[in-house]
Amino acid sequence: MAEIKYTEEHEWIIVEGDVAQIGITVYAQEQLGDVVFVELPAVGAEFTKDDQASVVESVKAAAEVYAPFDGEVVEVNDALEGDPGLVNTEPEGDGWFFKLKVADPSQLEDLLSAEAYKEFVAGLG
Amino acid sequence: MRYLPLSEDDRRHMLAAIGADGIDALFKDVPASALLEDQIDLPPHAGEMQVEAAIEALAAKNTGAASAPFFIGAGAYHHHIPAAVDHLVQRSEFLTSYTPYQPEVSQGTLQALFEFQTQVAMITAMDVANASLYDGATACAEAAMMACRVTRRSKVILSGGLHPHYRDVTLTNARFLGLEMVTSEPDVDGTEELAGRIDGGTACVIVQNPNFFGNVKDLGALADACHDAGALLVVVVSEILSLGALRPPGEMGADIVAAEGQSLGNAMNFGGPHVGLFAVNERFIRQMPGRLAGQAEDVDGRRGWVLTLSTREQHIRREKATSNICTNSGLCALAFSIHLSLLGNAGFRGLARLNHGRAVTLADTLAEVPGAEIVNQSFFNEFTLRLAKPAAGVVDALGNDGILAGVPVSRLYPRRDDLDDLLLVAATECVSDDDIGRLAKALEGAL
Amino acid sequence: MATETFTGHRGLDMDEPLIFEQGAAGMSGVDLPGAGEFEDRLGDAGRESETGLPGLSEPQVVRHYLRLSRNNYAIDAGMYPLGSCTMKHNPRLNEKLARLAGLADLHPLQPLSTVQGALALIDQCADWLKTLTGMDAIAMSPAAGAHGELCGLMTIRAALEAGGDGRAIVLVPESAHGTNPASAHMCGYKVETIPTNGRGRVDFGAFNERLGPDVAAIMITNPNTCGLFEDEIIEIADAAHAAGAYVYCDGANFNAIVGRVRPGDLGIDAMHLNLHKTFSAPHGGGGPGSGPVVLSGALAPFAPVPYVVSADDGYALVESAEASDASPYGRMKGFHGQFGVFVRTLSYMMSMGADGLAQAASDAVLSANYILAGLSDDLTLSYEGPCMHEVLFDDRFLAETEVTTLDFAKAMIDEGVHPMTMYFPLVVHGALLMEPTETESLASLDQYIGMVKSLARRAKQGEVAAFKEAPRLAPRRRLDETTAARNPVLRWLPGDKAAAE
Repeated sequence: MAEIKYTEEHEWIIVEGDVAQIGITVYAQEQLGDVVFVELPAVGAEFTKDDQASVVESVKAAAEVYAPFDGEVVEVNDALEGDPGLVNTEPEGDGWFFKLKVADPSQLEDLLSAEAYKEFVAGLG
Repeated sequence: MRYLPLSEDDRRHMLAAIGADGIDALFKDVPASALLEDQIDLPPHAGEMQVEAAIEALAAKNTGAASAPFFIGAGAYHHHIPAAVDHLVQRSEFLTSYTPYQPEVSQGTLQALFEFQTQVAMITAMDVANASLYDGATACAEAAMMACRVTRRSKVILSGGLHPHYRDVTLTNARFLGLEMVTSEPDVDGTEELAGRIDGGTACVIVQNPNFFGNVKDLGALADACHDAGALLVVVVSEILSLGALRPPGEMGADIVAAEGQSLGNAMNFGGPHVGLFAVNERFIRQMPGRLAGQAEDVDGRRGWVLTLSTREQHIRREKATSNICTNSGLCALAFSIHLSLLGNAGFRGLARLNHGRAVTLADTLAEVPGAEIVNQSFFNEFTLRLAKPAAGVVDALGNDGILAGVPVSRLYPRRDDLDDLLLVAATECVSDDDIGRLAKALEGAL
Repeated sequence: MATETFTGHRGLDMDEPLIFEQGAAGMSGVDLPGAGEFEDRLGDAGRESETGLPGLSEPQVVRHYLRLSRNNYAIDAGMYPLGSCTMKHNPRLNEKLARLAGLADLHPLQPLSTVQGALALIDQCADWLKTLTGMDAIAMSPAAGAHGELCGLMTIRAALEAGGDGRAIVLVPESAHGTNPASAHMCGYKVETIPTNGRGRVDFGAFNERLGPDVAAIMITNPNTCGLFEDEIIEIADAAHAAGAYVYCDGANFNAIVGRVRPGDLGIDAMHLNLHKTFSAPHGGGGPGSGPVVLSGALAPFAPVPYVVSADDGYALVESAEASDASPYGRMKGFHGQFGVFVRTLSYMMSMGADGLAQAASDAVLSANYILAGLSDDLTLSYEGPCMHEVLFDDRFLAETEVTTLDFAKAMIDEGVHPMTMYFPLVVHGALLMEPTETESLASLDQYIGMVKSLARRAKQGEVAAFKEAPRLAPRRRLDETTAARNPVLRWLPGDKAAAE
């Protein structure tokens, strides 16, 4: 299995070939609480890095999910529409959000390793 | 000072408990230059009798709707309000409660709002409605902004039949948002064609029915034209009672309904507070402005109600919220809802038919007056007359004779000399045959 | 806990179904005269379907709403210490006067000669508000506080643009009400957040550093949402003005200083007044409100229509930009604003007078500080006092317990008191914001303090279950908001069944 990477915006990314699967981290869903709705991007949408790609809502909070690099949306997780709780129960598995076709592989170098992300979260207190 | 329970002894006791040597010690963070030493130059406190006398004196200088033959409409209507409505809205538990943020002790307000939402959805034939906005004009502006959000387009086409205040509030809201607002010529006879102006950049078309001049029509073809272009149809209703007689917007293909609900349960109040109604197609629920009450279960499995989908709202989403609205028109919505509960389907439809019947009688009577001509092919309880003279002068003259004859269109179109001869007249269930006779006679004298 | 009674009622606690689950088609609680025979003029737009509304008689409707009302807490029933919301007594005189036929039954478009008293009332109400705030002008039409914010910002933006100045940023302190950034956004501005300093006030250094030629305004709440007076307000205003920016004040907390401090003396350029807070109009379960905006002389020409003017033969109304001598930026609302709320406000101001309004502010501040003093040992105060009209605690006192601010609030419900504002402002953890207002008696304040202390001690003694299970004595216990938001049911539909009881 491909290596899992992270961002400081609490997203995880698994790249396979030129397609990256993206979701939010265990830590992020814990902070949000019970997720009630995920607004997913349209397949075919093209993002540049840091564009708002998705919104995730809990009862008491909402958070934006940003494109971690440039790319085109090739697939979204339709299962979240009927069962947004997947983001809580399997955040780094079946609770994934969307897949991006990587436009510029060099941008992947900025992503955090699992260890670096763990340290980053620990630093948030 | 009858509203203040603390005695001088209480105050001394409290200051001692705080450890402050005087009340000004508690205002120590106010810059000394700004803390007033003297009382502000306004009258001192007064008893109920004095205040009542002062305000009754102001009221006595006005002519109330019930004291004269009354034919004014144009977005606010004089209807009879059943006695039970005002009695119930003055229940302390409704009147003096806050927004239902603690649902366990706010079930009364929440259930009433859930019922209000359902009633609004029923009469408009839309999927869902929110728990109210300020008024019809602001609801119209919110609809325009929501349509732009939903479609990610920025052009809004406003019908020339839209109430000029609704138009102006919508233009004002759009002014600093970079939205393109396309206005139209006044649609006096209800024949405007908007379909040809819709293009791929159009977010929505906003059309009022009955329109400002009273004309009614089926909007099905316009809805189709909107949808073919990927635009939304916003239907505005400024006389909500009309839906007892007219095909509801939802059956004509409306995507958003923005309406004024004053006609049910609420006095005209010289223009406010009124109640904005807002209903949408189900797929837009999460893009709606305003509060929503929803069904829930408590931990014992009992059905109850909560405010829901609040992540759309300003207290959570801040600048990314669907609107800045917080306080809405809760108590006016309750009054609307109680009146509609009293009416029921039979009463709502019967009252609408009664209004239409009064207006038909009025139209038939005024059509006989030399120098007055009915402009409308169709109408509900309000229509436009073309007079042989400027309408403003006629209305003033009749006002001096104790007849409130209607609204001269020039009052809302001040720079349109070509509309000076138009008079908007309305007839509700409060208008008697005698009132109609007096208006016809006075009008004949004035023309 | 299944209800044990046949009816579902428990004594005076009556369970009430939805109105759609009652009644019968064809019934009505209103008797109307017949419409007679006539040929309709509805063209091709006549209604063919029925609405689905249920039919009920008047006694059924009255009983329904009476039973619903009994499931609400209300300020008339007890203390309602919602911080920032100002739940004070709502005088009944105001209600009586607002219902006078010569005020309530007025149409906004009657000939002006028939509404001179109403125009005079608006003018008089406006005069009181301008005098109390020490400001030059007022826009009366905004319908609520947030609507006033938008009005104030639009006035500022119109004034800037009239001078060719296209500033794009509005600064908002992080402790601000959510309406502030939302209103700025609706005015087309980009919002930037200014941090709060260690004293619970705007960080003046950070603010000063951010000021620049791109900043249109700062939106400051004073007294702020931590219940503190912004003691550097004059310096903040001076710095903003020196940088060419305006100072907008969120006047939600004006009740703390009315009659004692005039915002005009603090360098404020625009501020909304929540007439349903400071000036005692009822909240009505969420509205209606009214949010007039007082303005400096520089901003006055850009205020929206309509407004009342004095003419030779009485009062007149300027209802459109075309008819105005000034440069109004537009219109906020249909007709002339929340007139019914103006009546209540004027009635209240006349009743209180200049002396009573100042006394009300003093008593509100005194009562909040009395709570601060009474609870400081048992709760954790977020910022050193004195506070103004409300006092802010955070959840550090619950740190060693498993009780959260939410649990604590729900336990207050079982004590028969509406909880304080919780989790706002966002600048402290697990906020508990308490505003008693000036209309609570000493006995009421003492009972409240005793109740909160007792709950705090019980939480610290480990009585967690009582908090987690609270409320147990309310019409409903905790409701599942997650499921309600995941699968929203926002209306009744024919065929819906009541959830299993």
